[in-house]
Amino acid sequence: MSALEELTAAYEEARTEPAFTADLDALLRDYAGRPTLLTEVPRFAAEAGGCRVFLKREDLTHTGSHKINNVLGQALLTRRMGKTRIIAETGAGQHGVATATAAALLGLECVVYMGEEDTRRQALNVARMQMLGAEVVPVTIGSKTLKDAINETFRDWVSSVQTTHYCIGSVMGPHPFPAMVRDFQRVIGVEAREQIQAKAGRLPDAVVACVGGGSNAMGAFHAFIGDPGVRLIGCEAGGDGISTGRHAATISGGSAGVIHGMRTYLLQDGDGQTLPTHSISAGLDYPGVGPEHAWLHQIGRAEYRPISDTAAMEAFSLLCRTEGIIPAIESAHALSGAVAVGRELGPGAVLLVNLSGRGDKDVDIAAHWFGHLSAAGEQ
Amino acid sequence: MTQAPAGVSGGRATGRVSAAFAQAAEQQRAALVGYLPVGFPSVEGAIEAATAMAKSGADIIEIGLPYSDPLIDGPVIQEAVHRALEGGVHVTDVLRTVEAVAAGGVPVLVMTYWNPIERYGVAAFARDLAEAGGCGLITPDLPPEEAGAWLEAAAEYDLDRVFLVAPSSSDERIKLITAACGGFVYAASVMGITGARAAVGDAAAGLVERVRKHTKLPVAVGLGVSTGAQAAEVAQYADGVIVGSAFVQRLLDAADAAAGRAAVADLAAELAEGVRVRR
Repeated sequence: MSALEELTAAYEEARTEPAFTADLDALLRDYAGRPTLLTEVPRFAAEAGGCRVFLKREDLTHTGSHKINNVLGQALLTRRMGKTRIIAETGAGQHGVATATAAALLGLECVVYMGEEDTRRQALNVARMQMLGAEVVPVTIGSKTLKDAINETFRDWVSSVQTTHYCIGSVMGPHPFPAMVRDFQRVIGVEAREQIQAKAGRLPDAVVACVGGGSNAMGAFHAFIGDPGVRLIGCEAGGDGISTGRHAATISGGSAGVIHGMRTYLLQDGDGQTLPTHSISAGLDYPGVGPEHAWLHQIGRAEYRPISDTAAMEAFSLLCRTEGIIPAIESAHALSGAVAVGRELGPGAVLLVNLSGRGDKDVDIAAHWFGHLSAAGEQ
Repeated sequence: MTQAPAGVSGGRATGRVSAAFAQAAEQQRAALVGYLPVGFPSVEGAIEAATAMAKSGADIIEIGLPYSDPLIDGPVIQEAVHRALEGGVHVTDVLRTVEAVAAGGVPVLVMTYWNPIERYGVAAFARDLAEAGGCGLITPDLPPEEAGAWLEAAAEYDLDRVFLVAPSSSDERIKLITAACGGFVYAASVMGITGARAAVGDAAAGLVERVRKHTKLPVAVGLGVSTGAQAAEVAQYADGVIVGSAFVQRLLDAADAAAGRAAVADLAAELAEGVRVRR
């Protein structure tokens, strides 16, 4: 608790200090590549009921996903608190890579915890983090995936808090993390709100984003919460389908509880034990969801839909072939949601889709899915 | 911030846990609190080991509710809990274990992460725990600010509420936490997770001293104690010595349940001697 109090105080002070925000703005502009583009995708939109679809191009940031926005903020905060070491959990490796990147940039020691299962699935990202000077620790307990990596990072943190900051990768965990990470990701929606008004001449009918922990979605949604005409649509990992139990759609298929220091929706059994999750997208493969999403769901401000693996991969292929953009499989869930929403709303509708990351990391998984790599080519 | 309900405050000196501390104090020694998780190596095996622990000198037994995400536990307890869950342990087994161990006459507390209790229903769990003969809960991941429902249920069923303080806790937080506690206060000896350590942190003695400024409740120190000598050292300044991972390690190392039980009993005897070293 005292670590959280310290962090809350440090963040509250930093967020209103012009020097801190100026440093962060400069890094976002000159290092991460902000503002990111807003790209209209008419050939894709033709398949989405003929509406207009605009992609917020977080895939074009340095390191290839929105994760960098949050990590630069927390890394600056780490330095400001006088800490020299930064630790993080990672699932697919995007947040780990972003953290290792920021640590290299600011001269911080970096340790990334990653489920052993994920280190195998995402070996390339492990190598990438190591190249950047980070130590990657495989987590061998429990399900050996993201939630266990989070457990292990918390365990490190309680033992090392004097020198170390835990750079959480999503809008989750105990306060102040959900609010702080949202604030660092808020830039996505703030930029997009201006850009879409300039390009479409009005606010969108809906903002669509994928939701695992929910940081890119919170970042995209937040600037629009006060716009009652803008629907906020979160696309969860439906895996093989909610009814199969093999999914990671926390709001669509979960119930209220407490996990990782937050009260939210989670996937749990009758005894309150966390259930195993499944998604083709490692980045969405998490049994909880940021508490602000749980709140937006409860008050009816945002809607959450499960997108199956199959539907996500169809949308993945569609964007590749119609627009020449390979999305992250996480983001493909949002694209699939957009196709459905576009068809519901019909021509004349304007959709803003957060393309949270690029698909380079997923080429192997996608190639297998679509049969581009023969079984003989597998290792 | 949730206010504790009227009538619930720190310092209540009734109850079997308090009585065990009082008896130890009378004998001019510290109380020995031993931990084992439910269901490892099996439900029956854990019951027998905990019972043996009590017979060999543990004054209070702490029964761990196995949870899928044990955030403050080190590798030893993680492993045992993981295996217990793989073995199909349920919350109902926890109540069965409490009942069986408490039947031997030793005060039994349940140490649990919060979500399983929330899922079971806070009031329902309190009722069933009391019925099983349990004395209360140790809740490492429940801040008193969020504990309103539990404090009410504890008052209704006369259960002890043990919260944790750590070396990093400010005096203000210690005050808040101890005010919500009943039975005793759990002082974590170091900033860290459960598990045996070569040395118990220097911070523990200072922490106990700071806690005593805010409460008359007994203060027990946990995390890192695994030998009789360490127990003796902690017993110089604390009212209780809490040992968990070292017992669990004995069970992990044992060839079978009987050997595990015997090893647990041996360690309990060694630690019981430790807490009796003259202050």
